Amino acid sequence: MALRSVRHYPGFFSVALICLIILYAPLVVVMIYSFNASPSLTNWGGVSLRWYFDVFTGPEAPRFKAAAWNSLTIAILASTIATGIATAAALAMLRSGKFKGRSLTFALINLPLMVPEIVIAVATLIFFTMVGITTGYLTILIAHITFCIPFAYLPIAARLQGIDGSYEAAARDLYATRLQSFFLVLLPLLAPGVVSGFLLAFIISLDDFIITNFVKGAGMETLPTAIFGSVKQGIKPNIMAISTLMLAVSILFVTLSYLINRKGRKGP
Amino acid sequence: MAGPATDSGSSAESTYRSARIPLLVPTWVMIGVFLVLPVALMAVYSFLTKEMRGGVIWEFSLAAYDQFFVNRGLFGDEPASLEWTYINVFARSIAQAGIATVLCLLIGFPTAWFIATRPPETRGVWLFLITVPYWVNLLIRTVSLRFLIRENGPLNDALMGAGVISQPLALINTDFAVQLGLFYSYLPFMVLPVYAAVERYNFTWSEAAADLYASRWVVLREIVLPIVKPGIIAGCLLVFIPSLGAFLAPNLLGGAKSFMIGSLIDEQFKKSLGNWPFGAAVSMILMSLVLILLLLYARSTARQERP
Repeated sequence: MALRSVRHYPGFFSVALICLIILYAPLVVVMIYSFNASPSLTNWGGVSLRWYFDVFTGPEAPRFKAAAWNSLTIAILASTIATGIATAAALAMLRSGKFKGRSLTFALINLPLMVPEIVIAVATLIFFTMVGITTGYLTILIAHITFCIPFAYLPIAARLQGIDGSYEAAARDLYATRLQSFFLVLLPLLAPGVVSGFLLAFIISLDDFIITNFVKGAGMETLPTAIFGSVKQGIKPNIMAISTLMLAVSILFVTLSYLINRKGRKGP
Repeated sequence: MAGPATDSGSSAESTYRSARIPLLVPTWVMIGVFLVLPVALMAVYSFLTKEMRGGVIWEFSLAAYDQFFVNRGLFGDEPASLEWTYINVFARSIAQAGIATVLCLLIGFPTAWFIATRPPETRGVWLFLITVPYWVNLLIRTVSLRFLIRENGPLNDALMGAGVISQPLALINTDFAVQLGLFYSYLPFMVLPVYAAVERYNFTWSEAAADLYASRWVVLREIVLPIVKPGIIAGCLLVFIPSLGAFLAPNLLGGAKSFMIGSLIDEQFKKSLGNWPFGAAVSMILMSLVLILLLLYARSTARQERP
């Protein structure tokens, strides 16, 4: 009786429900209205897929297609490279003994999380302007790799911390080279962390608006900057269709990451 | 779960000793060259002279900070006094971010508590549901909120249809909409650290207090809150800091009066109207504020860890 009562506070369940409603209501509403047949935002004209067709074939389609292509390729490249860099860093941070500059390196890895996004945006813009790199694609890619590193690092390091060093020690005792013990022993164990890190970095890259908007230069768009440009002139139904598509991609990713993590936890 | 790392693995712990430098070089280069160096350059820029068409002239000047702090009248010939315009933008941003943080705490704490007191199987589902929105593009979430609370939007329609209100609520383009937007953007950042703290909380302390006739709310205030405080503070920082420099919520949900630091900085880099040194200076001030907050936080946690 006492055990139940100290854990249970009246009203907390309702607040948790409200929390879920607040988090999901806007998304659900946009999802519903993306299927609205009427071009008016306020009236419901029945269910239709016309705005989805509009996204792919309508007047704004070429712009969105180019932006989506940029977003996707940048996200894939940036998260792959950031994951590689973060994996290497995690090995050095957790499996190379104590060393001078370790806490400084740790601070460096986490720096992109501590500096406000808009400040990173300003600093990066100033840097690229001074250096003279004006290719939008390259500047966005470099900026994305940089701020994706800590997001990739966190799950990888967390996973690596939980892997007992004796697996690799055993492999080395059995005359595996360091590369063999890494690729054949450690990496398979580390894989859930690496995949989570990659997925997180991928979503973070796809999500970014502020930094991209600052460094992209003229004529270059990613999906968020293209959507922002359209929304500034008012929300149109095709934006809701794009949003719903992106929503579906995000939910797919988070579900994947959840399943991989759960599977990983059951592992060694 | 793997077993705890044993000391016998000390050789394994330094498997990559000889490869340490090459393993770390990519990180050092990427973050050093593309973040630390740019921030240093930004600091330099804030002390340069502005060029009229955006960009800078390489001449030392305190003009940017002068513009921020000192008011010399419209023509620059009046006696200097404190300039309030930009300090007010900061004050408003701090207030907006603060209100959003309090809202997050009011909703986030009970939610985190509720989740942490579920059986382990259901906890995972709740946490999953709370984290999904974080993975959804922030721009899309903000646009969705804008759509929902529009004057003729679904929220007003529903409330009017239900007869709760007779006039549509003027939510959009207000300060409240911005607070709501920030709250909505960063709510998961509050729930997760608070959840982590509550999950570690030892409920026998509550039981002991309850046995000594403390009421539930006294237990919460006197025992639970002091113990889970580190989680609450972490959550507050995780909400407050991104809210302070937020750009999307004030820009898409707020009106002209809801101008915040993010928009102030953004404006300085718009082609013809811009003032790069001033934008750099505002960024420096924002970054200093955030770093001071983080340092205070680091010091307080370091003090707590020492017995």
